[in-house]
Amino acid sequence: MAMQANEIEDLIRASFPSAKITITDLAGDGNHFAAEVIDESFRGQNRVQQQRAVYAALKGKMDGPAGDLHALALTTKAPD
Amino acid sequence: MTDTATQIQETIGANDVVLYMKGTKEMPQCGFSSRVAGVLNYMGVQFQDVNVLADDAVRQGIKDFSDWPTVPQLYVKGEFVGGCDIITEMTLSGELDTLFDDKGVTYDKDAADKIREANG
Repeated sequence: MAMQANEIEDLIRASFPSAKITITDLAGDGNHFAAEVIDESFRGQNRVQQQRAVYAALKGKMDGPAGDLHALALTTKAPD
Repeated sequence: MTDTATQIQETIGANDVVLYMKGTKEMPQCGFSSRVAGVLNYMGVQFQDVNVLADDAVRQGIKDFSDWPTVPQLYVKGEFVGGCDIITEMTLSGELDTLFDDKGVTYDKDAADKIREANG
């Protein structure tokens, strides 16, 4: 059950409407993506808090063998 | 707490550095686990590895315990530090050194510098 980059972006966008989101399909197989999310709401949060929020936005897509996404490399930060 | 959560609490309480991973530190079975185990090994950090593939209850239990959906997961002195992406960033930025310094975890500073030189 592969996903498209724009599906991932839409899910993240729903929780972070004004974020700068960049999705990269690392392997071209719809299974290994990198996502960079830059959002003002991350200011003052550590990386664990930031990335928990992104995982929450993905609503279980990351959940192990049953999940749609095997690998999503995450980079999160607040705008400079 | 569930039995699994109690077991995890005991493991991270009894060991300064614990890596929940797929496979073992001698034989990782996933590239992300391998990367984090490799960094710790190279930096000479003594750590306890827990192979989540060997126990389905722990495999799901550590995700619930940490509120974190992926493996590997690194714990230092009982605190969740992060997964592969966070550990990689922290290694390259030097924040991992600072964390180990603050927590009194022994590591090879020269090896850490070499990782940064090679990936700078």
